[in-house]
Amino acid sequence: MTHKTPLIAAALATALAAPALAEDAPASAGDDVLRIGLVYTLSGPAAALGEQARNGFMLAADRIGDLGGMKTEIIVVDDERRPDNAADKARELVARDQVDFVVGPIFSNVLMAIHRPVTETGTILISTNAGPSNFAGADCHPNFFATSYQNDQNHEVMGAYAQAQGYQNVFLMAPNYQAGKDSLAGFKNSYDGGIAGEVFTELGQLDFSSELAQIAAFQPDALFTFMPGGMGVNLVRQYDQAGLGSIPFLSAFTVDETTLPATQDAALGYLGGANWAPDMDNAANAAFVSAYLDAHGAVPGTYAMQAYDAAQLIDAAVRKLDGDLSDRDALRAALAEADFDSPRGDFKFGVNQFPVQDFYLVEAIKRDDGLYQTSLREKIFDDYVDTYAADCTMP
Amino acid sequence: MTAPRIHGRVVAALMLFAGFALLPLVAWLADDPFLVVIGARILAYGIAALALDLILGFGAMVSFGHAAYLGFGAYAVAILSRFGITDLGLHMAAAVVVSAGFALITGAISLRTRGVYFIMITLAFGQMVYFFFTSLSAFGGDDGTGLRQRSTLLGSSVLEHDLVFFYVTLAVLMALFWLAHRIVGSRFGRVLTGIRENPTRIEAIGFAPRRYQLTAFVISGCMTAIAGVLLANQAEFVSPAFISWHRSGELIFMVVLGGAGTLSGAIAGAVTMIVLEEWLEVFTEHWKLVFGIILVLMVLYSPRGITGIIERLMRGRS
Amino acid sequence: MTNLLVLQLLNGLQLGVLLFLIAAGLTLVFGIMDVVNLAHGVLYMVGGYLTASFAALTGSFWLGLGLMIPAAALIGLVLEYVVIRRLYERSHLDQVLATFGLVMIANETVKIIWGTAPIGVPMPELLDGSIPLMGPLKYPVYRLAIIAAGLAVAVGLYVMVNHTRLGMLLRAGATHRNIVAALGVPIGRLFAIVFMLGTVMACFAGGIVAPILSVDTGMGESVLILTFVVVVIGGIGSVKGAFFGAILVALVDTVGGVFGPIAMRAVLDPAAAGQAGRTLAPMLVYILMAAILFARPQGLFGARS
Repeated sequence: MTHKTPLIAAALATALAAPALAEDAPASAGDDVLRIGLVYTLSGPAAALGEQARNGFMLAADRIGDLGGMKTEIIVVDDERRPDNAADKARELVARDQVDFVVGPIFSNVLMAIHRPVTETGTILISTNAGPSNFAGADCHPNFFATSYQNDQNHEVMGAYAQAQGYQNVFLMAPNYQAGKDSLAGFKNSYDGGIAGEVFTELGQLDFSSELAQIAAFQPDALFTFMPGGMGVNLVRQYDQAGLGSIPFLSAFTVDETTLPATQDAALGYLGGANWAPDMDNAANAAFVSAYLDAHGAVPGTYAMQAYDAAQLIDAAVRKLDGDLSDRDALRAALAEADFDSPRGDFKFGVNQFPVQDFYLVEAIKRDDGLYQTSLREKIFDDYVDTYAADCTMP
Repeated sequence: MTAPRIHGRVVAALMLFAGFALLPLVAWLADDPFLVVIGARILAYGIAALALDLILGFGAMVSFGHAAYLGFGAYAVAILSRFGITDLGLHMAAAVVVSAGFALITGAISLRTRGVYFIMITLAFGQMVYFFFTSLSAFGGDDGTGLRQRSTLLGSSVLEHDLVFFYVTLAVLMALFWLAHRIVGSRFGRVLTGIRENPTRIEAIGFAPRRYQLTAFVISGCMTAIAGVLLANQAEFVSPAFISWHRSGELIFMVVLGGAGTLSGAIAGAVTMIVLEEWLEVFTEHWKLVFGIILVLMVLYSPRGITGIIERLMRGRS
Repeated sequence: MTNLLVLQLLNGLQLGVLLFLIAAGLTLVFGIMDVVNLAHGVLYMVGGYLTASFAALTGSFWLGLGLMIPAAALIGLVLEYVVIRRLYERSHLDQVLATFGLVMIANETVKIIWGTAPIGVPMPELLDGSIPLMGPLKYPVYRLAIIAAGLAVAVGLYVMVNHTRLGMLLRAGATHRNIVAALGVPIGRLFAIVFMLGTVMACFAGGIVAPILSVDTGMGESVLILTFVVVVIGGIGSVKGAFFGAILVALVDTVGGVFGPIAMRAVLDPAAAGQAGRTLAPMLVYILMAAILFARPQGLFGARS
């Protein structure tokens, strides 16, 4: 094999010198095309969430036309909710497709995996859902933005609501995984009352009969739960069937526009915490919701809204720079200004480049057209900054 | 299993390795550095498939919990790095020690059973490891944890370069292939194959079958753990997803797809599986449908996997 | 505490009969045809989707369930004829690979036809509501109906296996397949019937859970492993084993999941007990399987090893 050695050495030398490996060098191709990679979970049981987000982003891109006034190329990839595969796919977007922005994902574990491969190459990563505490705090990064929230916040909303209601005895339930544990911790951050019981269910559990039996036995003042996706659908239906409807059902990421089509009437009156609801009263929101309804025949949820905003965010920043993305500092500054009309009204970034926004209590209702949605009830937090922002020092 | 066939398989493996060695050049010519990234992942899975083939193909022990060893390897990197120990050699050593212990205990229990019962009891142990790591909150639990850096080699962070990492992984694969090849060809290997064919006879000759099987099981676990160390470095990320039963299943599929009991086939299976996946995804959102159809047709029309196809082609030509 | 225990026992029983419906088919296919069918969980999912669609089409859950059964039988026959039949003489590993291919095909097809969002099936009015047990505890009527339906199928299967000619062939086939074939029994037809029967039972399970669990693309995968655990614990090929294995697994899962941590609190301090309980609860079923196989390597009622 000796004759191959010079070739290998040559390849080795070139690759070692390749600029893509240098810290913070733009990976983009440098032509007039704006390239954006979307990383969402589009297969498996959680695909409904990823589809909402993709639809939301695409809707904004269609409405605006050329994002930032540039010819736009959007590449959609399915992370299959498999973090190590997602890391490779993110690398592929950066190294092969030379995207300027990576947008997504839905799940925190996927974000954990793609964060470093994307941000270390100087590409901008915009999370439209996952907001784990480390990236909001100590591990905040200049190339990372979130248009969603910090993961704990929606749970804190419900904790504050339970506190304000004067509940003394709340039953807590979440799946036995990291986000589930974070959720109950978030709730307890803003709730000081008694805990009737605390149950961790198996991830992916679909039958909650034994947990419901415990709730019936304890007769708590309220239930707080975090059951995203299909788990939430089953819990809501079974909660209703078990005749527990009289115990207030407080939740986060459980009763929303992705699950309501399946739960339908069973979820009516159930409460949740959110940064937005489809009936929020402003022009940008009315346009967004009606366009989404026209395009997909379904009511958009926060997953769609936050992805829609990510597209608007990119558009506004690139427009401000007249399409010149070579100066990364200028690009980051333009993004940080967040100069666009969000359907949620006020929107600005904090020091950790997570949103500083209002949070609300929302309730599941049936619309006049027979569809279901969440509806605003009251504002719980105003211009709420997440608790980890204090740990963030941007370099 | 005749001598020329074994020889042919070594040649096949050498051709595979030569192809791998040239991959970075292709990537450079095609201006596609991503090929090297995915190449390293294929190599790491190739090591794991090779390790599994050692017991599955030669010892008829179908382990459905081998992803646990990937997990030991991956978490050895994450946990030791957290405590400031970043050396690749130490990561591998720790992974191997833990895996050897685990394989020794669970293997001794599992080998009481046979056939599908063996498959399921190894699954049980794999799932226990999976749930153990999901409960490790300090390392992100279910979400896993990103690595701040890759392992260091002799104090240098040279593995950060994808190309160096690729060649190091290739070297490890070649070394382990050589080791596996030697094991299979040795007296030990022949006893193992004999147990697969006829355990009673081997026992009658005076060997203790279970001791041989257990030894092979432990070696295989340790090799898989090394794959885990490399995989964690490749992804720069560690999570219980490495340990789920889906992953154990994929390793089995790689071995069977390539042709069990051939060593080089296992590596070819890993290549095929990952390349097919990456390639089909480009064409259709419903690539899994196409992939499923290919799997079914493959089994129905080529009983011995890719190795079977290639051997038929070779025979047809000569 | 006793109330809770009664409830948990009922819940365990309900999950148990459901697992039995799926596992019975799997163990028969496994034991008699010697085919490892990874696609068995997918059949459960297909049953759910078909019931949901037929119920929506006809406006009645009962009609939906009734229409689903012949459809399921047809699917079973076609699948056996097109793919499974060609796998009889192949190794278990080939079967695993091919049926995994079927899983991928089925999952993707379901996604193309029904989309990715979970589908809810309305509760039939006849069985809506719950009956009071003790104190504030109530139990949904529908779940009692599931238990009754599952037990009825179990009894029916028991009678068939032990008191009919087909059952005799099934029993003989599970232990001495070659001899049955040598005696001139049309083994191909027997296999087709067994596979169809297994498909119908799995689809039936998927259909009857539709009103309490939503139907989604992951439901097949979620039961697959648990079903294999049941089959292996019970002993491959044994319908009786599948029944007791299913009940045992379900009880350990539901009762152990709740009372394990409570029991642990008695010996450990609460925080440590909580942590240990959360780590151990999902492992319980696997620990049970490992322990049973350690003591009885061929399962509880297994004839062959």
